Amino acid sequence: MEEKISIRDNALWIRMPKEMDHHMAASIRVKADEKMMQDSVRDVVFDFTDTEFMDSSGIGVIVGRYKKMDCLGGKVFAIHASKRIKQILYLAGLDRLVEIAD
Amino acid sequence: MKNEMKLEFSACSVNEGLARIAVAAFMAGMNPTLEEVEDVKTAVSEAVTNCIIHGYGMPEEETDEMQYQMPDTVADGGAAERKDGASGETEKLQYHQKEKNEVETQQGKVYIICRIHHHILDVEIRDYGVGIADIAKAMEPLYTTKPEQERSGMGFAFMEAFMDELLVESRPGEGTCVKMKKYVQSSFGKREPV
Repeated sequence: MEEKISIRDNALWIRMPKEMDHHMAASIRVKADEKMMQDSVRDVVFDFTDTEFMDSSGIGVIVGRYKKMDCLGGKVFAIHASKRIKQILYLAGLDRLVEIAD
Repeated sequence: MKNEMKLEFSACSVNEGLARIAVAAFMAGMNPTLEEVEDVKTAVSEAVTNCIIHGYGMPEEETDEMQYQMPDTVADGGAAERKDGASGETEKLQYHQKEKNEVETQQGKVYIICRIHHHILDVEIRDYGVGIADIAKAMEPLYTTKPEQERSGMGFAFMEAFMDELLVESRPGEGTCVKMKKYVQSSFGKREPV
């Protein structure tokens, strides 16, 4: 099975779950920060390929990682987001912090 | 079309998915668009999450494999610490009982009532938790009392954005009730809400 959180080309890749809610937030945060501590990470990539649902808990997870990366001078990306997920990201104003790409 | 549903569940995060799926299924009879269903699911998720983490102040759970192994972890811990084998089993049982009681008293309930009246979906989400002293403040975008849990402070803003009406009633010590309405236009063409 593919790792949900992995390091590729100095970037931390986080494959977001199908349902990105408060229930999933804590474990993603803990695992992502563990990996960030272990390896030297330059950027963070949130991959929304599998994600069908996201609420403000997902926004919290992204903003939290953004704050960590911003101190280190890294960038944060959101990729493969559906129309709905993009709507949520824009509504929260995350397009100002995160590069949203396909 | 008139229809009503009541739902009651324990205030734990695993039920957030249940809550939004149940409401989505309930409104299916209104023949909503996919977008309307997603709007309601997001709003329900926000309100239920608020009940759990703010109303009842439930600690965060580690998801995946972690959470369902709790009883085993407790049993192992008990076994390792105990010195005399004879009373070990009862100690373990008492420990389990104590844990269970604590969980039950801590754990509040979340109540959802949904009503369909013509093309309007009413959703009421209630907890009997701590309540909110300053509702206006709580509803400000980006305001959060739990920054350490990386809460974005966008919960009420999302409910407002995705629903057509939002009313929050709360008293400190008594709990909070969020009342929301969604006008499902597709079920009655482009008819204006009554």
